[in-house]
Amino acid sequence: MLHKPAAPSGRDPAAAYKMRLGLWMFLFYSLFYGGFVAINLLAPLLMEKIIFLGLNFATVYGFALIIVALIQALVYDGFCRREEFNLRDQQSNDKEAGK
Amino acid sequence: MVIAIFVFFVVIVIGLSFYLGNRAKTSSGYYAAGGKIHWGINGIAFAGDYLSAASFLGICGMIATVGYDGFLYSIGYLAGWIVALFVVAEPLKRLGKYTFTDAVDSKYNSRAIKLTAAISTLIVSVCYLIPQMVGAGVLVEPLLGIPHYWGVLIVGAIVITIVATAGMASTTYVQFLKGFLLIIFSTVLVIAVCYRGITTTPTQGGQVPFYKYASLAAQSEGGKVVPSEAGWQVIEQQEVKIANHSFVKLAKDGKESWWMVAEEDGKTTLKETQSAVELADGQKLINGAPASKENQLRQVGTIERIGDSEDVSTGSISPIEFLAVLSDKNTKVRLWKEAKLTDQDHAKVTVYYPQITPGNLIMRPGLKFKVQGTLLERLDFLSLMLALFLGTAALPHILIRYYTVPSPASARKSTIVAIGAIGFFYILTLFMGLGAMINNVINVADNNMSAPLLARSFGDILFAIISAIAFATVLGTVSGLIVAASGAVAHDLLDRYMGLKMDDRQKVRAGKISAFVVGGLAILLGILFKGMNVSFLVGLAFAVAASANLPSIIMLLFWKKTTAKGIAASIVMGIVSSLLLISLSPDLYRQYGLNPALAPVPLTNPGIISIPLSFITLVLVSLMTQKKGNNQVETV
Repeated sequence: MLHKPAAPSGRDPAAAYKMRLGLWMFLFYSLFYGGFVAINLLAPLLMEKIIFLGLNFATVYGFALIIVALIQALVYDGFCRREEFNLRDQQSNDKEAGK
Repeated sequence: MVIAIFVFFVVIVIGLSFYLGNRAKTSSGYYAAGGKIHWGINGIAFAGDYLSAASFLGICGMIATVGYDGFLYSIGYLAGWIVALFVVAEPLKRLGKYTFTDAVDSKYNSRAIKLTAAISTLIVSVCYLIPQMVGAGVLVEPLLGIPHYWGVLIVGAIVITIVATAGMASTTYVQFLKGFLLIIFSTVLVIAVCYRGITTTPTQGGQVPFYKYASLAAQSEGGKVVPSEAGWQVIEQQEVKIANHSFVKLAKDGKESWWMVAEEDGKTTLKETQSAVELADGQKLINGAPASKENQLRQVGTIERIGDSEDVSTGSISPIEFLAVLSDKNTKVRLWKEAKLTDQDHAKVTVYYPQITPGNLIMRPGLKFKVQGTLLERLDFLSLMLALFLGTAALPHILIRYYTVPSPASARKSTIVAIGAIGFFYILTLFMGLGAMINNVINVADNNMSAPLLARSFGDILFAIISAIAFATVLGTVSGLIVAASGAVAHDLLDRYMGLKMDDRQKVRAGKISAFVVGGLAILLGILFKGMNVSFLVGLAFAVAASANLPSIIMLLFWKKTTAKGIAASIVMGIVSSLLLISLSPDLYRQYGLNPALAPVPLTNPGIISIPLSFITLVLVSLMTQKKGNNQVETV
């Protein structure tokens, strides 16, 4: 017998959408993170260039990696919630139409 | 004050644990807090679980001594949460029950997966537990004035009580409390640092007089360096190849001291250092005099010059101005390094010597990780950043927190709260670390206490609170690790792998007994591994987790030809390859007391080899075992 989750959450009609969106957003962030690593390896001196307000490229890029992670997370949540709401709405409409 | 606040916190968490005890009567309550935790609380608890002693003490200490290179850990640890959110969070919540093993075994019911995944959970948890327990002892020793092993015993006993009384429920609230307090008071500390500003003559808020290190003009004759000033007698001179410096032992008025040879504007100079000497008869000397409570190594970390001025105080400055001053190439900071040697009397000498470093080098990678070094050194950097990125989403004690919330959507939301809280804290680590670097608070022999010592420079109250939070940091993380490890023993191995037929109450009892056993083991290892590098062991846990666990999670979700044997083989390959590569690495050779240059594996971080190896193993074994059963899965 297979080992099922303790609290089954039911079928999630938005699961495929969320998985696809998550993959794209993961890919985007991976490129952003990879860019940081690549610049450090290929052009490390670029990292000490002052960009603005006296802050260098390393500090700005490092902070951006943290802030963009949060922004992406919020955007992802917004899209997921919209899709979940739309599909739930659609399902209830379908049920009503079926009646 | 420290003791009072610590006792107050301990009383609260233990009281909370007994209060929540009735929620842990069932296995679901014990292992997953009944799956009823609110996503907001779970998100902060994630932060409390994740921000371990390595994050708070280790990263701040590393930034204080090597600048931006320490911040790379903050960036990598935070980036790992992106993998957790976008790839792992919701599917894992849908698949699992209580443990990581449940999730990877959810579609197979394979004994091989149960065994390998449980062992992997235990190895990663123990690798992570050891540094937390060692950190507990390190904290207790100077703060409460009791031996290291007492610190380990106290933390171990409290954590076993927390876990054994209410399992994941009490662990969650302890982590929530700790995560919340850590972020609030770290913010207070950073505000205090900016309010004080930057000065070239730091005095720890007037508590410690500023000490100016001396320089002596010298002459070099045939490689032998002699001070120009009369009254100094040269005892011996030694060249330390690893440090690439020469050190001269001088005597004056009957007191011996070590000086570093430096060349400045074509002139030979001797720079004052600090030294710790262990004589053949066991007596210890600090800076040439017997070690005592009054005669300890001086705290270090000062800024030598801001712009063109050597004597300046900025007054209160904004966080951006603070970073801008330190990024300036004309800013010079006195960093400290150590060199070990044996003198002519066979005494073991550790010399702590200054290295004046410009701001532009401090505020970019390169002081620790040689991004401009050889190909191997660059690969090592790449390997580290890969393991940090992929390790978070594979840590068992983090993954089990997805089962404490009621739905996949709650798992997603709590991860987003965690990203916000952890990201904010990691930004603060840069200010706390740099604040310690220039406020003359670093213990030159052990940088782990940099953040609490920075707090002490602002007075006893902040020091007491930050120290109590540092204790709480250890409590929160160790509780999570013990829940994960006891779940692996009681739920994965005893219940599911060995098939012991236990009812729900017996499962809870088995979990509590496992918590006692694992907690006892953690205490023992914490005492045995005293002195082991804390950050190193956490890095090891990340590398093993990323190699052993992540490939199976990813492929289970995205490749429908994945088989049970493929997953089991991948976990074994990940564990064996990462541990083998680490044990043959230069860092471990140094720990063994061998020459690191002779290490067969030139990389310190194994991820770049062991992670792909684990993926390849999974693919090959899965392809080879396609016809042996219909245990392939549909992707989620």
